Amino acid sequence: MAEPMKIRATLQGDVADVRVLMAHPMETGQRKDAAGKLVPLHFIQTITAQLNGKTVFSADVSQAVSRNPVFAFKVKGAKAGDKLSITWQDNTGDKRTDEVVIRAGS
Amino acid sequence: MHQTRRTVTMGLLAVLGAALLGPARALAAWNKGAFEAKSAPDAMRALGVSNAEESKAIEIRAPEIAENGAVVPIDITSNIPSTTSISVFIEKNPFPYTGTFDFSQGSVPYVHLRVKIGESSPVRVVAAAGGKYYTSAKEVKVTIGGCGG
Repeated sequence: MAEPMKIRATLQGDVADVRVLMAHPMETGQRKDAAGKLVPLHFIQTITAQLNGKTVFSADVSQAVSRNPVFAFKVKGAKAGDKLSITWQDNTGDKRTDEVVIRAGS
Repeated sequence: MHQTRRTVTMGLLAVLGAALLGPARALAAWNKGAFEAKSAPDAMRALGVSNAEESKAIEIRAPEIAENGAVVPIDITSNIPSTTSISVFIEKNPFPYTGTFDFSQGSVPYVHLRVKIGESSPVRVVAAAGGKYYTSAKEVKVTIGGCGG
């Protein structure tokens, strides 16, 4: 089972700055292991972010995204205490969803 | 016989459905054809991107020289009103199409991502806004590639 994501969502005015770190090898299918065998493709394909259950940001990505992917995006009209959930799914069908509460900015 | 005809009809319906649903990218599945394309123009064709107009309103922030091609940070902002999506193509990568980011109501057309770049390459961005496409590119020089072993 995949490791939990690290998500940080902080308000700047009414815009939430979201930063997420996903634990994933993002194998390109071109790398060889110690025995000289190609490591098969294994990468996140889709990402969805929901604010209080409504999709606000989504992405389809390729294996060119770096290992342990980091993404940042901005959600308008968010309030402190709103729930932000992020889901990813990879090419093997493995998926993971994590949720955070949006924090007021300093 | 019967079976065959039905199969053909279903196939035709599927093709028709895909054609009708073309512009509604958000509803479509992960676009295998575009992701497996070996050139940026081929990938754009598979995504239905056409007549992209050069635009200075797309800001691409990326290092001019990336020491480590395995992790190249890129910040993209579209200042084009009602931008609905941003797509990224690393032109010299074996599979240039890197991804599309969709901004539904409520998100700002900005994204930060980190990518692998195999060799020095233009990073091309295509923004969709109001049914039209806009594009801009930034060259990133790579000293150590990020794709091989």
